[in-house]
Amino acid sequence: MAAERAPSIDIEDGPETVAITLSGAVTIHAVTELDQKLAAVPSDADVRLDLGGVSRLDTAGAWLVTCLRTRLEAGNGHLALDGATPEVTAILDTVAQAMPDPKDADTGPAMGVLEAIGRRVAGGGVFVMGLVGYLGLFLSRLLRALTHPREFRLTSLVHHCEEVGVKAVPIVALMAFLIGIVLAFQGASQLRQFGAEVFVVDLIAISILRELGILLTAIIVAGRTASAFTASIGSMKMREEIDAMRTLGLDPAMVLFVPRILALLLMLPILGLIANLTGLFGGALMSWVELGISPAMFATRLVEGTDTSHLLVGMVKAPVFALIIGVVGCHAGMQVESNAESLGQQTSKSVVAAIFAVIVADAVFSVFFAELGI
Amino acid sequence: MTDTPPDGREVVIALRGLRNQFGSHVVHENLDLDVYRGEILAVVGGSGTGKSVLLRTIAGLNTPAEGTITVLGTDVRHADEDARAALEARWGVMFQDGALFSSLTVRENVEVPMKNIAGLDPRIARELADLKISMVGLPYFAGDKYPSELSGGMRKRAGLARALALDPEIVFLDEPTAGLDPIGAAEFDQLIRGLSRSLGLTVFLVTHDLDTLHAVCDRIAVLSERRVLVSGTMQDMLEFDHPWVRAYFHGPRGRAAHDGAAADTSKEDN
Repeated sequence: MAAERAPSIDIEDGPETVAITLSGAVTIHAVTELDQKLAAVPSDADVRLDLGGVSRLDTAGAWLVTCLRTRLEAGNGHLALDGATPEVTAILDTVAQAMPDPKDADTGPAMGVLEAIGRRVAGGGVFVMGLVGYLGLFLSRLLRALTHPREFRLTSLVHHCEEVGVKAVPIVALMAFLIGIVLAFQGASQLRQFGAEVFVVDLIAISILRELGILLTAIIVAGRTASAFTASIGSMKMREEIDAMRTLGLDPAMVLFVPRILALLLMLPILGLIANLTGLFGGALMSWVELGISPAMFATRLVEGTDTSHLLVGMVKAPVFALIIGVVGCHAGMQVESNAESLGQQTSKSVVAAIFAVIVADAVFSVFFAELGI
Repeated sequence: MTDTPPDGREVVIALRGLRNQFGSHVVHENLDLDVYRGEILAVVGGSGTGKSVLLRTIAGLNTPAEGTITVLGTDVRHADEDARAALEARWGVMFQDGALFSSLTVRENVEVPMKNIAGLDPRIARELADLKISMVGLPYFAGDKYPSELSGGMRKRAGLARALALDPEIVFLDEPTAGLDPIGAAEFDQLIRGLSRSLGLTVFLVTHDLDTLHAVCDRIAVLSERRVLVSGTMQDMLEFDHPWVRAYFHGPRGRAAHDGAAADTSKEDN
């Protein structure tokens, strides 16, 4: 291979013709600089381009020459080439034939702001309808599992119970324990001003049993489990495993959705209960340390002062949150297309949607119970 | 070009004593191969003989256990980072399914290698990307599409456009015609041959496609028994006496491809 010589360009503005001499390696590295210099040549000029000194011409260099020719021919000018070697001519011909024609572009109308907003709103509606559809699909398959127990996958259910429930116990317990500590600490410092330290037990019990225990558990499970559902179903969808299942006469809803959502339905109340217990434990510990309320006194106060309805109000939400998380996770998994990027998009979307929906549902429950006066 | 290449031809890829091993499984042992400038060399071999591993090893994606790899005069295994970067700009790799970046449009994919060129005007990069897209036979509007919106054949072409973005001297093609319909595969063969001839490319390809071997390849290297069993022209392959080579080139599919190629040649002669 010839040694790469630095490219050079020499433009001589003669009375009739413009003589341009290109030499050296006319490659993509030099094309920007050469393009700027060539822009000075008027479009109606009669140009003689000497390529005799060109040691290497790549497609970028050939593109430059072809662009110059196109511009001159459009502006009543003319381009004549001198000294092109057969290799250079071959590349010039290839590039000239391949020059793209932007007229082929299918220019769709640009989407206006209004149209974009409308599409997003309608998309949101379709999304919610999709979730309702998947909820119905799950319930109908659950009924079918009752009438056709042979189709039900018990092994899969147990496996998902372990994944969703057992493996989530440490994180859920730790989270609730810390929340109990924070509540006791904050409650103590406020209630001490009124000499009402002992009410910290009611504060902790009501807030944890009624709201925080189950809500924060649901949020952690939404982050852990909705994403896992979406990723596992989505990657199966991506690799056409779902389609293969259908052709083998297996119903993806029965095989994939029922064990997962049912496992959540069974495990989320248990996780909520564990969160309640460790939360109360954390609260009791901090009350003892900070306010000197002995564990025995805490227990007495808890049993006397806190109605069991608080626990029921909390636990009744658990199955609803479980359904929301499971349905959102499975639905998002089925929306994955055949590329890896959509898997990532859907996974993060499912976590956000699940947490958001859990919080909305919790708000609805609060209003509902307030109206009932429980 | 049908005879053995004369000794005066420049060797652009030289492999000596190459050994590849995964755990206790030896894929290549004492493998020697030369690739000459401007030729189209195809590597064939049964499944699991390490054709793709060989390609990946030369392209620096897989570190061999032993042996030397010299590409364009640079020892790939012992080159420092700058020398490697300079070398990588002189070759392009097309992966089996294109391996396009799925978050970028086809045009942006082709522009990716150009980002390393200092001071390249973005407008020129864009127009050069359009030129490459057109050179591989894709329509202009394909540049705005995302890889997931393209068919398999179009993705392969787009992958080739990206491999050609910096006008490399060598292109590595991994199964260029796998998964294409016969018409698409024949068009791709012609594309490879045309670009190789007009741009002076050296092409190293791995294939199972006997039609590709007949239509575009100057030389064929057969991988078997952990080494290059034989390399040479199609005529050499047909005459070589080895059970696997005979079964490959004289099997029913080999004969059909040979007859097809012969029919094409006689048509061109008339």
